Amino acid sequence: MNTLNHSNNTPRLAGDKTPFLSRMHEWIATADHKKLGVMYVTTGLIFFMIGGLEASLMRWQLSAADNTLIGPEEFNRLFTMHGTTMVFLVGMPILLGIANYFVPLQIGARDLAFPRLNAFGFWLFLFGGALLYFSYFGAQGLYGMGSAPDVGWFAYAPLTERTYSRGHSTDYWILGLLVSSFGSIATGINLITTILTMRCKGMTLMKMPLLVWLMLIDAILIMIAMPPLAAAQVMLLFDRLMGAHFFDVQGGGSAVLWQNLFWFFGHPEVYILILPAFAYVSEIIPVFCRKVIFGYPLMVAATVSIGFISLGVWVHHMFALGLSPMVNAIFMGSTFLIAIPTGIKMFNWVGTMFGGKIRFDTPMLFSTGFLAMFLIGGLTGVMLATVPFDWQVSDSYFVVGHFHYVLFGGLVFSIFAAIYYWFPKVTGRMLSETIGKWQFWLLFIGFNLTFGPMHVSGLLGMPRRIYTYQADRGWELWNQLSSIGVLVQIAGVLFFTWNVIRSLRNGKKAGPDPWDAWTLEWATMSPPPEYNFEEEPVVYSRRPLWDLKHPEDPDWKYE
Amino acid sequence: MASCRANNRHSAVRRLTPAAAVATTLLSTTAWAATPLICTDGAASSPTMFVPRSVPAEMILEVSWLVWSICGVIFLIMSTLMVWCIVKYRRAAGDESEAPQIYGSNPIELAWTVIPTIIVFVLFLVSARTIFEIEKTEAPENSLNITVVGHQWWWEFDYPEQGIVTAGELHVPLTRNGESVPIFLTLESNDVIHSFWVPQLGGKNDVIPNHIGHLWLEPNMTGTYVGQCAEYCGTQHANMLITVVVHEEDEWNTWVAQQQQDAVEDPEVAAGRKLFLETACINCHRIRGTVANGTFAPDLTHLMSRDVIGSGVAENTEDNLLSWVNDPQVLKPGARMPSMKLTEDEVRKIVAYLLTLN
Repeated sequence: MNTLNHSNNTPRLAGDKTPFLSRMHEWIATADHKKLGVMYVTTGLIFFMIGGLEASLMRWQLSAADNTLIGPEEFNRLFTMHGTTMVFLVGMPILLGIANYFVPLQIGARDLAFPRLNAFGFWLFLFGGALLYFSYFGAQGLYGMGSAPDVGWFAYAPLTERTYSRGHSTDYWILGLLVSSFGSIATGINLITTILTMRCKGMTLMKMPLLVWLMLIDAILIMIAMPPLAAAQVMLLFDRLMGAHFFDVQGGGSAVLWQNLFWFFGHPEVYILILPAFAYVSEIIPVFCRKVIFGYPLMVAATVSIGFISLGVWVHHMFALGLSPMVNAIFMGSTFLIAIPTGIKMFNWVGTMFGGKIRFDTPMLFSTGFLAMFLIGGLTGVMLATVPFDWQVSDSYFVVGHFHYVLFGGLVFSIFAAIYYWFPKVTGRMLSETIGKWQFWLLFIGFNLTFGPMHVSGLLGMPRRIYTYQADRGWELWNQLSSIGVLVQIAGVLFFTWNVIRSLRNGKKAGPDPWDAWTLEWATMSPPPEYNFEEEPVVYSRRPLWDLKHPEDPDWKYE
Repeated sequence: MASCRANNRHSAVRRLTPAAAVATTLLSTTAWAATPLICTDGAASSPTMFVPRSVPAEMILEVSWLVWSICGVIFLIMSTLMVWCIVKYRRAAGDESEAPQIYGSNPIELAWTVIPTIIVFVLFLVSARTIFEIEKTEAPENSLNITVVGHQWWWEFDYPEQGIVTAGELHVPLTRNGESVPIFLTLESNDVIHSFWVPQLGGKNDVIPNHIGHLWLEPNMTGTYVGQCAEYCGTQHANMLITVVVHEEDEWNTWVAQQQQDAVEDPEVAAGRKLFLETACINCHRIRGTVANGTFAPDLTHLMSRDVIGSGVAENTEDNLLSWVNDPQVLKPGARMPSMKLTEDEVRKIVAYLLTLN
């Protein structure tokens, strides 16, 4: 254990007496990857509450047929802001935040390659999000009252053109996302450079922890996928402000062009969001099963091929467009293809559990929940890839159910797993296991109650994005179940909030390595000092701390 | 004593997780199997793909059953494996030792790469065949050609061969000359993207401005089928409903003959007619046989032959017409038709006129 840091130079903890302003200044002026990571995740969680509130209002409106609680315009704003928030202001910052914090620690580096670019990226994201939400006060313009965009998160042209979207709400949507996506691109470049050039001695590419591998592919996808969105948004801005005709059908523009550009970003984006989920569970499952990850090389290969194939499947969002049968068949094929590496990952995680000695602490509970929910989301994804079936259920509630199983049951569950797993490292204190388990079961039950019935209402013919529906369609029961589920989920999220606040003050002291884990971040203090490691670590295998703890049977003998 | 109770509680909690895992799997597998059954039997009034009433809808359902069952079997296998691990490999209380380290296994990993590949290959071949069978860019022989125009937020149906223009309700025959008749829709949009979707008759197809789309339906049972716009198209996307009425041949011929006539001119409502023709109504609405020849809004020549107004937002009754003509924003907030600021008397006269347009 001689490389474990036990320096006297302890970082500041909660009981610190530094004046408030100095502490604020320290956070605002910081370029430290750990502080920025915490700020990313905290901001992301706040936006998560806002996006969840928007979703709850929509579920309230839909809990009865012909309900008049929320009018059409407000409802359309709610789902636009909900989708945009959850993708760009919750998923992206949290995954970038966790990568920010743990990629340098896991590769034994002292910071990202470009710390100030990193800070710049965070502030771009934050102000981009603020700009988007400012639309509630400043956007509409025409009637003197502000309001948020109502064009849907994928903002299909020509609904976004000036003819159909008056005022400035769509401009806010464009500019807010443009600003924050530049932040993401910056952080993407930063992560790639860091991973490729700043690994500690002994850490070859094939000895990197899986989180680092997945974030490398993720960052590459960010770099490839975000610029086309930015370009499309600038084109749309030209249309709206300068009378260009890229997507303006009345001027000979193309509505299909926007869809191609958007989904050329949009589908890799789905994988940008889900790869980090894979990353967290790939770290957590082995530790809590007390087993090395099953089939590391194949996991890496699957990751790389997912990244690669994900750039060639975007047309599966456009099967209902009436493109030629050949185009539809080809993109159906590529979408089926991506199920193979994804399936390999599922099998390898279960393979890791097989024969293990599993501890069901909260991080593992959430990871298991992730496996089950992502299994369902993945399989309904295969069903949706089948073009004829997609013709029926595309743009129905079946799709809404599907992607919430992927992004909520998948991504959000894994984020909670990650928070429970790494909170002790970040704060030096454990989250309460009891409250954590309450939170898990409430979320798990509430989640399934909300999104399970959506598959049924979709199959019964209910399209998405409708603010009301007729009583005779047979959808009311399923919508009511969904709405009740939301209440259970809210309870779960409240338990989480309580847990964080309570544990920050008087959670159990964590120590450097509370989970008996194997990667480098557990070799330093909790929370880690500003410089992370006193000396640059040297590693010989994928699990350096396993080697230290089991000198009689180290990993490098088998890799 | 206290620690003993804690231990008991602990072991109860320990048993809870496997029990919950098994229960969840049983429940979700049942749900998986039951969902199509619920859709088929439980909800006769729902517009569901599981009760197809048209040739392409049946073809789609066939492929759907295949992919549904394959995914169901995979789900059952995977969740059984997971539950097995959860139940079998929980760490025993007090056991602090590490598990045996297994780094991987080439044959096993090869197996779970190759088997899924074969499955998706088969699925690909079957689905590709169906795609090519269903997607038609040329009208099938003997088809009835109808042009569907999407508007914010209503549907226009043009029958070029019959010279009919109508809105909201699509009427088609089950047969022509005793033989089943393919319905070939040409899809156009007047403004933004919409999507035409009547689940019992076929899959959806987007309706895109500056772009001609096609959709083939071939109903095999008379009846009324509902659907609605399936691509978000603005404020009133939710109330852009579609009704398709599939008639017996004779019935349809009667309907066509009736729709081909010009609007009736009833002298009793001459005041309302005059008012209609003198107001901005005629800029947007057409009433064949009068000077009203707008095309922006629904054709009203045979308004009273329809069951609903506002693309399905309300029943076509006198009360609703009064409300609509007075201020459409009450029944359908956001609709493109503004309140014309008519007096109550004017509204009554116009509605009295509209009520004669059968």
